[in-house]
Amino acid sequence: MKKQLIMGNEAIGLGAICAGVQVVTGYPGTPSTEVLESVAKHNPGDIYVEWSVNEKTALEVAAGAAYAGARVMVTMKQVGLNVASDPLMSLSYVGIKGGMVILVADDPGPISSQTEQDTRTFGAYSKLPVFDPASPEEAFAMIGDAFELSEAYGTPVILRPTTRVCHAYASIAVPERKEVRAPEGFVKDSKWVIFPRLSFAAHKRIEERNRELRHTLSDSVYNTYTPGDGRKAIACGGVSYAYVKEALHILDVHVPIMKVGIPHPFPEDTALAMLADVDEVLVCEELDGVIEKELFALLGQKQLCRVIHGKTDGTTPSAGENTVNGLMSIIAGYLGVSSPAMPARKAPPALPVRPPVLCAGCPHRASFYAVKQAMKGRKAVFAGDIGCYTLGNAMPLDMTDSCLCMGAGITIAQGISRVQPDTVCFSFTGDSTFYHTGLPNLANAVYNNADMVAVILDNSTTAMTGHQPNPNTGNNVMGEVAAKIDIEGALRGIGITDIAVVDPLDQDAAMEAVRQAADHKGVSAIIFRAPCIALFKPAKLCAVDTDKCIGCRKCLRELGCPGLVKDGKKVRIDTSLCYGCGLCIGVCPVGAIGYEG
Amino acid sequence: MLNILLCGVGGQGTVLASKILAGSAIMQGQDAHTAETIGMAQRGGSVTSHVRLGDGVCSPLIPLGQADLIIAFEPAEAVRNLPYLKEGGTVVVSNTAVKPVTDALSASDYSGEEMLAYLRGEAIRLIEVDGEGLIRTCGSAKVLNMALLGAAAASGEMNITPEDLCSIIRTTLPEKFHEMNLKAVELGAQSVH
Repeated sequence: MKKQLIMGNEAIGLGAICAGVQVVTGYPGTPSTEVLESVAKHNPGDIYVEWSVNEKTALEVAAGAAYAGARVMVTMKQVGLNVASDPLMSLSYVGIKGGMVILVADDPGPISSQTEQDTRTFGAYSKLPVFDPASPEEAFAMIGDAFELSEAYGTPVILRPTTRVCHAYASIAVPERKEVRAPEGFVKDSKWVIFPRLSFAAHKRIEERNRELRHTLSDSVYNTYTPGDGRKAIACGGVSYAYVKEALHILDVHVPIMKVGIPHPFPEDTALAMLADVDEVLVCEELDGVIEKELFALLGQKQLCRVIHGKTDGTTPSAGENTVNGLMSIIAGYLGVSSPAMPARKAPPALPVRPPVLCAGCPHRASFYAVKQAMKGRKAVFAGDIGCYTLGNAMPLDMTDSCLCMGAGITIAQGISRVQPDTVCFSFTGDSTFYHTGLPNLANAVYNNADMVAVILDNSTTAMTGHQPNPNTGNNVMGEVAAKIDIEGALRGIGITDIAVVDPLDQDAAMEAVRQAADHKGVSAIIFRAPCIALFKPAKLCAVDTDKCIGCRKCLRELGCPGLVKDGKKVRIDTSLCYGCGLCIGVCPVGAIGYEG
Repeated sequence: MLNILLCGVGGQGTVLASKILAGSAIMQGQDAHTAETIGMAQRGGSVTSHVRLGDGVCSPLIPLGQADLIIAFEPAEAVRNLPYLKEGGTVVVSNTAVKPVTDALSASDYSGEEMLAYLRGEAIRLIEVDGEGLIRTCGSAKVLNMALLGAAAASGEMNITPEDLCSIIRTTLPEKFHEMNLKAVELGAQSVH
């Protein structure tokens, strides 16, 4: 087998294919997105793959397929599991027939997420086994074993990589796919219907199973204890294991290490083997102190006296991601050894900051600018949502007053308008977010006689996560032509009658639509429709006539477009970035900007 | 083990460059690990690719003070990532600044010169590549990554020669892009004195 350079997420996708997965569903979200995409890309032809409209939907579709005996995988990011938690909690009780792996990617940092929640904790809460890979290689190895465990116990199993595993590349040899057995089909049985009596019995059974797994999984290749020098051990899991290994190599010390690759149910016997050898344990893990708390509980239960260092006593950080250097200095302090010195260098000059911004030519900039201009002098609130357009909060646009979670822009605007009736309350929702949870929230607003303006930013793709198809795009991830669910029709269907469909780059029409919607009583909607710049090549670019430019820099101050750059006292267009949207042409007070040629 | 850190601004082509380095190492029978910035931070933000070649790699990211070589697509990004460089390591840097969007809103005027002056004052092996001139000669900003790789290969700090790079270009890129990229490798390699 030839080794190839493969991203952690792609390794998981390929591992699932090798393990004979038959149905894969999910909703995009960094850092999980590439898992489902790689199954679609390498699909041998007999795997059904779908981007579902949200994570709850994805989990339920996969559950149905697993009831019918197929091996299934569901993919999402950590906050997606909150959306899917309703079916998840019940499915834990009902169980499955075909193996089910729920791939939930956590994001310590957080690097591109709303929360630093820990899916290992969610696993314990939902009572499901959780695999926590330390590297892309291990993630690839784990997925097949996760399917085996799932089928052996008839339970969904969570595979929980973190960003650094998801997005790291490693050279991996991919074996041939196992022979895929045909699913048995759905066999009618009362066990598929959740009722209180059944839940009571299932609850007892699950707790017994998990008690048994604490011993069985202590023998897993993923849960290991390696004895070493001295009476001080390190316990770690996930990518922190890789960091610890590297730090110990640099420090040139060989302490006892416990690696926890399956943190729930906790490998009790592995931990006891370590505790028998040492007086103190330093726990290195990201997000929650999961391993740490399990060790505390075990010490109490077994009446053992050991010192545990970690998040509880403040030895390790309570938030953010770990690094080799961060852990190395903690480990050096713990062991009483010194860290190698860093090269001595002068203090660097002040560095330019580079916050993420909307792309040059992004239609969202035009939409925000039109609303901002039209609402000048009026009391207004702008409730944003999850997507590229969250970047509308940046200066100079400053057009996102709130952002909570998927779909919440609409409901937050509704809530504010109830308390503050003198304010025009806007929500901004992208097309994929609209289908995710925006639609029921808008139905709620209409039903409850809300007074607000719902802006739908329709750029015909799911841009932030890398341009996945959605119900608005007319195709699907299988490469098929799919039903294009018309946003305007959906809005009419739930009872919104005041709907404007406008190209935001036509600023006069856009501003007029905003003014009319703001004056309308009840729920009105504006669909700003213009494609994401990633979907087309620019036909013509903008150019500044330097003779006419008076150097007022209004274009820079108002738009914050990366394509506009200072050039001495004047302004020029960076032609490598410009998409010719022309928004700056209308903003220039002296008509110095036009199209090239 | 060879640790190479590539850094720049989203959209400059650091990812492709890291793939080429890892791909050629795998062709030589070595193991390769890379890790890069993905997601929201890409949009005009600072980006890095960590490339780790050979045995004994655990962490996907290079620890501070452990990079043998930094390939910087922009002067300020070289300075930002300098803590990764080992004692006496090598920095290949494009001398052309990419202004941040925030610069347009502020009174300051970032040109990159103060960053280059700082780098020249440090005890490192510094190889400067004339990014602007190169883009003018080759007619595209897209070849900056090949020029920087050409300079890095010519520095002798990697197990890859400029000739190896040329053969990778000939075998992996469409023919219409060959001339431009081969020229960029040659010009980059000439930056090493």
